[in-house]
Amino acid sequence: MAERTSTAESTGIGEDTAISAHGLRKVYGKIRALDGIDLTVPSGTVMAFLGPNGAGKTTFVRILTTLLSPDAGQASVLGHDVVRDAQAVRTLIGLAGQYPAVDENLTGRENLEMVGRLYHLGAPASRRRAGELLEGFGLIDASKRTVKTYSGGMRRRLDLAASLVAKPPVLFLDEPTAGLDPRSRLGLWEVIENLVKEGTTVFLTTQYLEEADRLADNIAVLDNGRILEQGTAQYLKECCGGDVLIQLRVADRAQTALAVELLATLGNGKIRTTPETGEINFPVIKGTSSLAEVVRRLDTGGVTIADLELRQPTLDDVFLSLTGHTAESSGQDTAQAEAGVRSGKRKKGR
Amino acid sequence: MISQKTVAPAYKLTWTITDTLVIAWRNILRFVRLPQLLIFSTIQPVMLLLLFNYVFGGAISSGGSKYIQYLLPGFLVQIVVFGSSQTSVGLAEDLSRGMIDRFRSLPMARPAVLAGRTLADTLRYTFLVLLMIGVGYIIGFRFHNGVAPAIAAAMLAVLFGFAFTWLSAFIGMSVKDVETAQVAGFVWIFPIVFASSMFVPVETMPGWLQAFAKINPVTVTTDTVRALSLGGEVLTPLWKCLAWIGGILVVFLPLAVRRYRRIA
Repeated sequence: MAERTSTAESTGIGEDTAISAHGLRKVYGKIRALDGIDLTVPSGTVMAFLGPNGAGKTTFVRILTTLLSPDAGQASVLGHDVVRDAQAVRTLIGLAGQYPAVDENLTGRENLEMVGRLYHLGAPASRRRAGELLEGFGLIDASKRTVKTYSGGMRRRLDLAASLVAKPPVLFLDEPTAGLDPRSRLGLWEVIENLVKEGTTVFLTTQYLEEADRLADNIAVLDNGRILEQGTAQYLKECCGGDVLIQLRVADRAQTALAVELLATLGNGKIRTTPETGEINFPVIKGTSSLAEVVRRLDTGGVTIADLELRQPTLDDVFLSLTGHTAESSGQDTAQAEAGVRSGKRKKGR
Repeated sequence: MISQKTVAPAYKLTWTITDTLVIAWRNILRFVRLPQLLIFSTIQPVMLLLLFNYVFGGAISSGGSKYIQYLLPGFLVQIVVFGSSQTSVGLAEDLSRGMIDRFRSLPMARPAVLAGRTLADTLRYTFLVLLMIGVGYIIGFRFHNGVAPAIAAAMLAVLFGFAFTWLSAFIGMSVKDVETAQVAGFVWIFPIVFASSMFVPVETMPGWLQAFAKINPVTVTTDTVRALSLGGEVLTPLWKCLAWIGGILVVFLPLAVRRYRRIA
């Protein structure tokens, strides 16, 4: 409470907390979409919520962007309470939701001008800002076409541009690159990185571990409405037992179990196998074990190696160590959610 | 950043108007961009008017005068009631496509998304009402009561549509799904349109239905529009009609805005 009041008084100057949440809860029937989230995001940093569908990522974003009221707890953006001071929060934030919210029957330019007018920038300023953004997002050639003719990547860029019309100091991006091809994704990452350079605080949610790793200063791993672990990408990687992973694949899948047995004493953490592909991986601490030893043991045991590598752990490995299941296991949900959108029934993210 | 608390209420009132106009503009553009939609939503009522007039006109005698004289005033009322179902469909579509989320995250006036939609739809009714009067004139309809009452008749039909648009907006914000919104519209529209004085005099219906038809807002509005167009007792149906319009707005305008604010 004290913190909220003090920050509200100094809005805009010397802010060091962009987003804060205390004990945030939201319940849908029996499902605890958010089960007590505490979070502080310093100004000018990038925070990522990483988790599968249903982890509570979208619910958190919807509460912080004033679209949804929490059942318990408190949250604020630049010192303004998202419930009591919602209208002030709306002037400070930009939101690009999970699906591009742009009007198909309007042109790209008309969409941006409309948003500018609704921020009460006035007609001339809205027109100028729309032009800047269309230029900056490589949409100037398509600016006079209706959005109906845009590709998925173009819609995303326009949606992001719409969220930036009022130059908001805090930007919320809910799965900004979901459903994009790799090239469009790279392009969007560069746009986000440029915004961060200009001082925008970014809060993003993602299922892509690579994305959180590349963009975020801090990552919170979310599952079932709770933050499992929080820290820098490096810190989270160290959480999974070692700073290096040895990953190998046996030529004959039937020998997987034998290989695990031979390597049992080697690693610094649990050995994981994927029986369908014959893949084995385990973390090691640098210098305590070597690829050579892996090769020697397997060779002695008569196991043929098809593939062997030493790699940096990805956040996927982190998720696995923290939750016991991979982030990909929710891939089916994603497909269902996307099918829901196509049929016009938008599935409410939890 | 300017704290919202320091913004004078007058400012916010201006915003309500400008935001409403921006949203209305956006909804009107939809018709400009989808000419097929405009063409078919125009052809359909014209076709219905011709069918009703030439198919039923011979069978339903209305005291010697031509059936179109009896039919058209009610048809103007019918067309805005059917037209209002489009409001809930459009809003449900905005909801499902995330447009409502976008609008709700903006510092815009809260009622503007709905007010802009209802304003655009009201303009659509104005167009349709004028078009129907034009088509009616071609097939023999004539106003018999002077210019001012004729204008009042058209305006009353549009105003009636405006009230129903808010009811429809409330339905759209409640069902949240395009297909459901489509079906939900017909559940209430058909009974009030057909069990009314629009096609036939209420006196020809069975007693139990007469009871409903007599208080039906479509009946009282049709009677008023008919009296304004052709002559006859205006004041009695007019106050009932205005009471319905006022009542519908007083109940459903706040309800729809409340739904919009709280929608999750």
